[in-house]
Amino acid sequence: MGNTDGSDWVRLIVGLVIVLAFSQLNALFLVWLERKVAGHIQLRPGPKEVGPFGILQTIADGIKLVGKELISPAAADRKLFPIAPILVFMPVLVGFLVLPFSPDLIIRDMNVGVLLIFAFSTFSVLAILAGGWASNNKYALLGAVRSVAQNVAYEIPLLLAVLSVVLMVNSLQFSHIVEAQNRFWFIFLQPVAGIIYLICATAETNRAPFDIPEAESELVAGFHTEYSGMRFGLFFLAEYTNMFIVCAVATSLFFGGWNGPFGFDLNIPGVVWFLVKTYILIFIIMWVRWTFPRLRFDQLMNFSWKVMIPLSLANLMLTALVVKFV
Amino acid sequence: MRSMADQFREPIVERVYTLNLGPQHPSTHGVLRVLLDLDGEFIVKADPVIGYGHRGHEKMGENRTYKQFLPNASRMDYLSGLLYNHGFVLAVEKFAGIEVPERAKYIRTVCAELNRISSHLLWFGTYVMDLGGFTPFLYAFDDREHILDILDRVSGSRLTYSYCRFGGVCQDVDAQFVDTTRSFLKRFRSRYHDYDNLVTKNVIFIHRTRGVGVITVDQARQFGVTGPNLRACGIPYDMRKIEPYEIYDRFDFEIPIGTKGDALDRYRVRLEEMEQSCRIIEQALDRMPGGPFWNEAATFKVRPPKGEIYFGFESARGQTGYYLVSDGTPYPYRCHIRVPSYGNLHVLTEVLRGTMMADAISILGSIDVVIPEIDR
Repeated sequence: MGNTDGSDWVRLIVGLVIVLAFSQLNALFLVWLERKVAGHIQLRPGPKEVGPFGILQTIADGIKLVGKELISPAAADRKLFPIAPILVFMPVLVGFLVLPFSPDLIIRDMNVGVLLIFAFSTFSVLAILAGGWASNNKYALLGAVRSVAQNVAYEIPLLLAVLSVVLMVNSLQFSHIVEAQNRFWFIFLQPVAGIIYLICATAETNRAPFDIPEAESELVAGFHTEYSGMRFGLFFLAEYTNMFIVCAVATSLFFGGWNGPFGFDLNIPGVVWFLVKTYILIFIIMWVRWTFPRLRFDQLMNFSWKVMIPLSLANLMLTALVVKFV
Repeated sequence: MRSMADQFREPIVERVYTLNLGPQHPSTHGVLRVLLDLDGEFIVKADPVIGYGHRGHEKMGENRTYKQFLPNASRMDYLSGLLYNHGFVLAVEKFAGIEVPERAKYIRTVCAELNRISSHLLWFGTYVMDLGGFTPFLYAFDDREHILDILDRVSGSRLTYSYCRFGGVCQDVDAQFVDTTRSFLKRFRSRYHDYDNLVTKNVIFIHRTRGVGVITVDQARQFGVTGPNLRACGIPYDMRKIEPYEIYDRFDFEIPIGTKGDALDRYRVRLEEMEQSCRIIEQALDRMPGGPFWNEAATFKVRPPKGEIYFGFESARGQTGYYLVSDGTPYPYRCHIRVPSYGNLHVLTEVLRGTMMADAISILGSIDVVIPEIDR
């Protein structure tokens, strides 16, 4: 973890401010992008009134959310109810600590970076459960219960897929993993793991076709049914920031991070490569959302336990054997 | 007196809890309320509660003349308003013995079938949306918009039509109507391909609908299920073929049927029905004669003879019927309406038992109920 002299503290505080600013701007941009992508897929223009191409629309919406009253249901748990949105947003921010934007742009290049980011992303499940439980609403509770079951089911193949990469690099440090891909991205060496990761990441972020915890046609709004104003806004922010993080992790683990394809970096800075790849992955996740209907809860679980987990286990075994004997 | 140990052994929580689905739920299409007794995510008992959209149309029918009741007809099932309007006009014409010019019959048929397509399109969109696919909804509405534009131009309204009048229709159609209708049919058939690729062949969609919400033939008979829901069980019962009214016996069209009676069959039957409606429209446009479009003199004084009549027709949701009793005055003594959604909805009490909560939404959507039609 290195030294803790003065420069390190400055680095942390500056990093924190940048992360906070970036995560907010990123979420605003992603909401706008989502609405534009959805619009164009659905033969309509999307937001276009506020600012050029409607880019300021989400800022206007954000201001509206801040100005709204925070309603607490009479029967809600008074302590847990306001805490849940904060709990859901906090672990998402921690993820930025270890993301390798470029060789020089990592806030802390920890030797357990991969472990840390997944440990914290699991934390948000707890917050969702707390929110669903504290709302004292049957729809919210059903949504929260589904969310927990889904996250537990999809975390396993997700981590197994990541483990295959970790085995190949023999390190949990993001910078090492990215450096190992300076010629061949791991998506070419580990295509099964890469696809499993992307599917599970979609499920982890509760996005369609896995948006069962907040299936609006069944559960109204799922676990955040009772939340209003900026509390709802925080759930929303967390969802989009989480989406950025899982795609950024996918970029670093499977798509070469700051590296260009096959060793050609074309004199483009690493951070640009990284962000471009991340946003392309985000676009794909959005594309999927606006194309597919939603799976049923039991089908979703079957898919995880009967297809994804055996497949990722087999992939891990194969990787282990190849690493050992080749 | 029970011992402390006994009290501890008793189950502390009830396994079954009640979930109030609607009337302000995003998937209950209008104002339906279903009380679901759930065990986890499984439905133990489903109890539809109706009546939130009651406006008293039947009572209104008793203190209005036949002509004054005309606008009410399309407000019961607002998605197939023209079919209701058409049916009421046919019932009164038969009752009072009013002659209708040939041209009017063709115009009515074309417009009624266009309305049937628009109703099915709306169902298609909302059903896929219930299953979580938002995009097909807007595609379907895009197509439906063309129908509404066509009907808007001839009838002056987009949703609750009073286009059919006793003895004809209130406005003639022109060459532009024929052209736009033909170009719509061409466009709509090319869209079929899109729908197939986007929805019908989608693995998730098939998994969500195949074997879900099976209505058996016995259940259908017991609850009076009609329309596409009955035809999906494999019974080719369609009023347009069984008791042909208007000029439906002159056209060559088929009654699509399913085999298993599940949600996928209901989906397929409705999609195929749209194609059959296209065929009817094409034939009617080809053969449309000239001449007058409205025997207007007949509408000045509508006074059916003493007696009663039941007139059944096929709306987009099944067999709909007007039961009119006349005492010889210009006001009907009784005006009862048989709506298909009532039977179609109440079969759910049987079908929903033992299914999952998520399936309940799928089944509810696949049945295609319009609640204000039941409440009327």
